[in-house]
Amino acid sequence: MTDVTALTATQIAGLVATGGASAVEVTQAHLDRIAAVDGRINAFLHVDTEGALAAARDIDARRAAGEELGPLAGVPVAVKDVLTTKGVPTTVGSKILQGWRPPYDSTIVQRLRAAGTVMLGKTNMDEFAMGSSTEYSAYGPSRNPWDTDRIPGGSGGGSAAALAAYEAPLAIGSDTGGSIRQPGAVTGTVGAKPTYGGTSRYGLVAFSSSLDTPGPCARTVLDAALLHAAIGGHDPRDSTSIPAPVPDVVAAAQLGATGDLSGVRLGIVTEFGGEGAEPGVTAAFDEAVDTLTKLGAEIVEISCPHFRYALPAYYLIAPSECSSNLARFDGVRFGLRTGDDGNRSLEEVMSLTREAGFGPEVKRRIILGTYALSSGYYDAYYGQAQKVRTLITRDFTAAFERVDALISPTTPFVAFPLGARTSDPYQMYLADLFTIPSNLYGGPGISVPCGLSDGLPVGLQVMAPTLADDRMYRVAAALESAVGTFTPPAL
Amino acid sequence: MTTTLPAYDEVVARYEPVIGLETHVELGTNTKMFCGCPTDFGGEPNTRVCPVCLGLPGSLPVANKAAIEATIRIGLALNCSIATWCRFARKNYFYPDMPKNFQISQYDEPLCVDGYLDVEVNGETVRIGIERVHLEEDTGKSLHVGGATGRIHGATESLVDYNRAGIPLVEIVTKPIAGTGALAPEVARAYVTELRDVLRGLGVSDVRMEEGSLRCDVNTSLNLPGQEWGTRTETKNVNSLRSVERAVRSEMLRQAAVLGAGGRITQETRHFHEDTGDTTPGRSKETATDYRYFPEPDLVPLAPDPDWVAQLKTALPELPRLHRRRLQQAWGLSEADMQSVLNAGAVELIEATVTAGATPAAARKWWLGELSRRANETGVELADVGATPAQVAELQGLVDAGKLNDKLARTVLEGVVAGEGSPTEIMTNRNLEVVSDTGALTTAVDEAIAANPVIADKVRSGKVAAAGALVGAVMKTTRGQADAQTVRTLILERLGVSA
Repeated sequence: MTDVTALTATQIAGLVATGGASAVEVTQAHLDRIAAVDGRINAFLHVDTEGALAAARDIDARRAAGEELGPLAGVPVAVKDVLTTKGVPTTVGSKILQGWRPPYDSTIVQRLRAAGTVMLGKTNMDEFAMGSSTEYSAYGPSRNPWDTDRIPGGSGGGSAAALAAYEAPLAIGSDTGGSIRQPGAVTGTVGAKPTYGGTSRYGLVAFSSSLDTPGPCARTVLDAALLHAAIGGHDPRDSTSIPAPVPDVVAAAQLGATGDLSGVRLGIVTEFGGEGAEPGVTAAFDEAVDTLTKLGAEIVEISCPHFRYALPAYYLIAPSECSSNLARFDGVRFGLRTGDDGNRSLEEVMSLTREAGFGPEVKRRIILGTYALSSGYYDAYYGQAQKVRTLITRDFTAAFERVDALISPTTPFVAFPLGARTSDPYQMYLADLFTIPSNLYGGPGISVPCGLSDGLPVGLQVMAPTLADDRMYRVAAALESAVGTFTPPAL
Repeated sequence: MTTTLPAYDEVVARYEPVIGLETHVELGTNTKMFCGCPTDFGGEPNTRVCPVCLGLPGSLPVANKAAIEATIRIGLALNCSIATWCRFARKNYFYPDMPKNFQISQYDEPLCVDGYLDVEVNGETVRIGIERVHLEEDTGKSLHVGGATGRIHGATESLVDYNRAGIPLVEIVTKPIAGTGALAPEVARAYVTELRDVLRGLGVSDVRMEEGSLRCDVNTSLNLPGQEWGTRTETKNVNSLRSVERAVRSEMLRQAAVLGAGGRITQETRHFHEDTGDTTPGRSKETATDYRYFPEPDLVPLAPDPDWVAQLKTALPELPRLHRRRLQQAWGLSEADMQSVLNAGAVELIEATVTAGATPAAARKWWLGELSRRANETGVELADVGATPAQVAELQGLVDAGKLNDKLARTVLEGVVAGEGSPTEIMTNRNLEVVSDTGALTTAVDEAIAANPVIADKVRSGKVAAAGALVGAVMKTTRGQADAQTVRTLILERLGVSA
């Protein structure tokens, strides 16, 4: 039998459906792979061996009983530790939730189970999804399979690294400012941020409620689309979830895979051109633009004048919401409690718990957000940032009157060495320079590998209008059909 | 503090009070504001909870439409404008009874604004301006163990019950109420009473102050005539209608004493004490929190459909004030009589008693007489005195049927209040029915005549008034269960005199 861990999710599903392999065999192969390589990658915070095998046995039994199963039945999936999993530890990469076993499943995880996928475990992430490298995880950084001295991106570096290291064919991420797309770019994998409200946030431990978007990660565009279709759609438990059907992203990916982009207009954002991106990234991107042109796409340049304010606006809105969302971690009801020796006051125990439980980046953002929301500063900071958000949305709306989608490099630089940007938060924040605008707007974005720079992967981002997620899958699949997928050196 | 308080008359002669009331109403919806947990009162601690109302990581709120509808109906009944678009906001502060360490409330975009409620005080109508009506979630309840007072100060440990956390709570805030002078305490009480009646009439809450489903904070300040309004204090823990009145009066007296001694009023929260009727300082403004309000990003904005709001408006019930006018006419009461019914809080009780079959006069007699007296003695609201309108109507039915006389009826009523059962059950069980069997009575009469020969002779000789002593004797042997008039007729008959 071939090594199933080398297969795509689509291939694994086909193999299981035709009896070429059982779900248990597929699951065991991935558990073995994790056991073999994750010591070097640290993609997983928790591997749910028993749960995974039980789920796989259940799939095999149902198939044996002749039950009709979905297109991803029996396919293993890794889940970012930001989503609650009933009875399975959920830490959000933080010490403050060490040992917490949620009493409920997030909607995404429920849908993964309903689709017959097999959850292998929970993946590493920057604490509370704040970071671009996983170096802010309380449990040590994940490492990039392309070069284990480099970062796998963040915050969802664990999910991306698990894909690139062939520990899982599918993974779930969450994207607040680029946490799905940037890790996808630097690991040579595919990561899609759906339209905000297109995937449920119920059970996603909140960082920034108005920006957080769970989404699919995979090694191919079609796999990502299949996962997107399985987890997407309206959820009555999430008030911000959109009561509309998911666009047919699978059909769009299949259409794109024919390699024909005739009649598709793609915009390149002028404001992204001048700054930021490394020469190697720019070169790979320019080459991909040529490829897209050859596939029939029409390329135009578009000015989005307010995108330059996206990063500062984001660093007011996201920390403001986080300062409130993270208030509940106080040691009273769940998670870590520090200093409760019977002599200290409630306030002291809360303070000691938060002092001990949160890492430096989380504290930095809580303090930033608390300041931005405080009386007398609200209008100048949070209020102003919301106005910028409106202007950025208008830039997008205007752009999409002229083009079907916008393209850019996903992130300005390839995977950087561990430790290279931890001493200067701003250098870390720049990783999300090109991904943040679509979070502020709420539209979908996907990162697809477009080439290499000095042997490290470069991603191309496609941004589409809200609820037009299918468009980005078509463009990404077309590019993929031309440039192929990228495999890291053997571990 | 042992400051001598000035006389109330002197205070209102010198200062003008300005009051304001913030009322919190727990809505009687089946489920909580942002989750599907039940809302009924009681239950073992922390059994009516779920990930949402416990604020567990990852959980999200979804707004309860029934609560939004109830809030809009309250706003409409209070003549407010209903927002066509508004949002919830987060009020951030750390406290263990608040699971998320923020409360989902409304801030600068309330659901209802700018209304009024007319209330009557001493026959005059006072229009109370309504600043806003907004919707929020209730907190859990802290239980402080080990302290002397049950408050956090001095407690050795604190327990939290989250059953109440997330119950829909409507906050109704008045505009400042000035110009009521000496009547300020009564206006405050009349407002809360009227508001309670409006809410009850809407059927949106059980409005029970003692269970906390209606809670009131009272703002009070004093100023010299012609000068700016004074610094206000906010009095909390005001748990009955009577306490509303007492809290305003007590705070007016205290502030006048401070001002009279050349002191300044501190802007602070004060705590009302039911037992002493005075207030003590609570949280001071110096430690007040910056709540860092911002729009709740987990909830979409509320945009009530104007057609729906119009329908709700059309379907509003008659306002209590207009309803009372109608009752006053139907019952044939003078202004003064109606006022005493109102003061006793007896309108709905009498109405229900009449519905249950009693005449308005009889119903009024019981509720304003015997039952009001008992309510006063035991310090409870009349509605909680222990008798229901149905029981009072049943009691009156027994009187009308001649089975009970007035004295016996009062004895039976005591039994009802003591929870012994229905009037008929008590009458039967305690053998209190009027003795109407003339055979048994004749025996008792004959015995009384035989035992009092001298008096009997007097009566026979024409001194009919002397028969009273014989009647008394018969009543004594029948333990008051005979009808005195019947006994008297029988005695005169046996002694051969005509009445």
